[in-house]
Amino acid sequence: MIVLPIIFQFVAGTILLFFWQKTTLQKFLSILFSIIGLGISIWLFLLVWENGIMITQSGDWKAPFGISFVADTFGVTMVLLSSISGLAVSIFSAGSMRKERLEFGFFPILHFLIMGLQGAFLTGDIFNLYVWFEVVIISSFVLLTLGGKKQQLEGALKYVSLNLLASSLFLIGIGFIYGLTGSLNMADVAIKLDNLQNRGLVSVTSGIFLVAFGIKSAIFPMYFWLPASYHTPPPAVSAIFAGLLTKLGIYAMLRTFTLMFGGDEFMGDIMVILAALTIFSGGLGALLQQNMGKIFGYLIVCHIGFLIAGLGMYTELAIMGTVFYLIHDIIVKTNLFMVSGLILKINGTQDIRELGGMYKNFPIISLLLAIPLFSLVGIPPLSGFWAKIFLIQAGLQTQDYVLIGFIVLGSFLTLWVIARLWSEVFWKNGIDLPKKANGLYFSQMTKTDQWLMVFPIVLLSGISLYIGFGAENIIILSQRISTELMDPSGYIEAVLGLKTMTP
Amino acid sequence: MKSLIFKTASTYLLPLLLLFSIFILLRGHYLPGGGFVGGLMAAIAFLIHSFAFGMKETQNIIKINPGYLMPIGLVFAVGAAIAPYFIGAPILKGLWFEEPFRFIGMVGSALFFDIGVYMVVIGATLTIMFSLTDTV
Repeated sequence: MIVLPIIFQFVAGTILLFFWQKTTLQKFLSILFSIIGLGISIWLFLLVWENGIMITQSGDWKAPFGISFVADTFGVTMVLLSSISGLAVSIFSAGSMRKERLEFGFFPILHFLIMGLQGAFLTGDIFNLYVWFEVVIISSFVLLTLGGKKQQLEGALKYVSLNLLASSLFLIGIGFIYGLTGSLNMADVAIKLDNLQNRGLVSVTSGIFLVAFGIKSAIFPMYFWLPASYHTPPPAVSAIFAGLLTKLGIYAMLRTFTLMFGGDEFMGDIMVILAALTIFSGGLGALLQQNMGKIFGYLIVCHIGFLIAGLGMYTELAIMGTVFYLIHDIIVKTNLFMVSGLILKINGTQDIRELGGMYKNFPIISLLLAIPLFSLVGIPPLSGFWAKIFLIQAGLQTQDYVLIGFIVLGSFLTLWVIARLWSEVFWKNGIDLPKKANGLYFSQMTKTDQWLMVFPIVLLSGISLYIGFGAENIIILSQRISTELMDPSGYIEAVLGLKTMTP
Repeated sequence: MKSLIFKTASTYLLPLLLLFSIFILLRGHYLPGGGFVGGLMAAIAFLIHSFAFGMKETQNIIKINPGYLMPIGLVFAVGAAIAPYFIGAPILKGLWFEEPFRFIGMVGSALFFDIGVYMVVIGATLTIMFSLTDTV
């Protein structure tokens, strides 16, 4: 029963819809459901870890005709990570979100968003992937505009228009695929595309997919919507967006390019160039900004570059580096926006020129916040370090020295940004901060709410530390994922029923 | 609207349209129709009624808050989706009674899914409508 996580999130959202106005009950239920959802994801992960790839043919229609749900190691890992992020955001928003937003159905939409993500990670059908993308996008529109401030609507407009463009490109790409192969099941498409003579058309199709997913995951020429919109909603919403939405684009790219378009030389070169430019422009953008939300927005763009770099090099080691980076990045980026939310609640502003004196006034919280910030930079032995090591190693293997240069440059830019942030926000003496933020300050909140805001940061920092110190386990995991991705025959056999497992 | 003809007609139109929407809902599996169209039609029936008598009257007829129709409909849909799992089949498999029922026709899990969609559509449309007229 591998679709259980999806169905559970759907049921959770539905039950929450019944308690439209009772926000306290919604908070409690949402946290409870997220914990159960995390349990289900862990269960599914262990099941797939033991038994290998598992399949459900929905509606009992056999593989190339019906929609298959496929749980391979990569998919369930992503499901697990999305559950962890979902739990953290659910707890964080229970503490920090204002009542008016909760009354407009924040929690049900959050669960529908997670449902869409997990559906996308588990589906084995390209058109179904598109449908899950739409579920995610529509939920994210609602979350982005909830509250309806002018600034939010402005950000949402850019987000909506660019993402709709990406969706239509994705749909056109699917049309090409269907025209070329007459099938939508990804495993079936993979076989048929392999036997196709007209390689040029296949390259064009993969190019369309690259642009579509590129807009969604914010790579170089198409990233500008992200810093323009991600700092506008409340930090809890930004956290789930930062952690998971851009990574959904990366997931789709990894899945389609390894499974269906299997290592196209031409696309690989383009991706390497795009990756280098993404790293460079994201890093420079982050240096220029003064608003913490915008800085983190540009850092997302910068680190998307690392992920694309691994995919562009397309060796087993490079894919492994990408997967490791993906695992690390989802946890850290979710955490980062929650950190900025906490700083906003404490000080009432996100402008780093005005902030200061955090270390003096809140030494313990500052030390806690140091963990996500410095694992982002990749100071050994924190989690970002290992991921970059593998990417650089892969670059040495394939002799992409320029790309290695850009990866190192990107790390330095990140270090520079974080060091500037640290000295401005934490070490500089605080001046009297303007009292203009609406809503309660951190010091005025109840003890429970304070804990609800700090606990998820502790949780994710703990997981970050585990990724850093227990790196050998994560390496084994990402090695297995990259082996499965680079050799999709196991996936194809499992889906097309040569060794089908009933649920 | 103050027209007597419209008012009189809409009292008769409401039950007729509702019945027709259910007819559309039931024939939807093999023929044109289904939960979405049926739901829109039912919502339009209430909309016409509200034009004639005002929103207050229509809310009195519906009695429950249409916002709650959405989760109820979702429960129907998810129930139909996971029902096959309990007899050991993959989810979303269509389960059907052997014999057609009188008047209703073939009954199966797909019908319950459609009923769920029907309710969600009515709920969503009426919620949008009511909140629009609230703000105007």
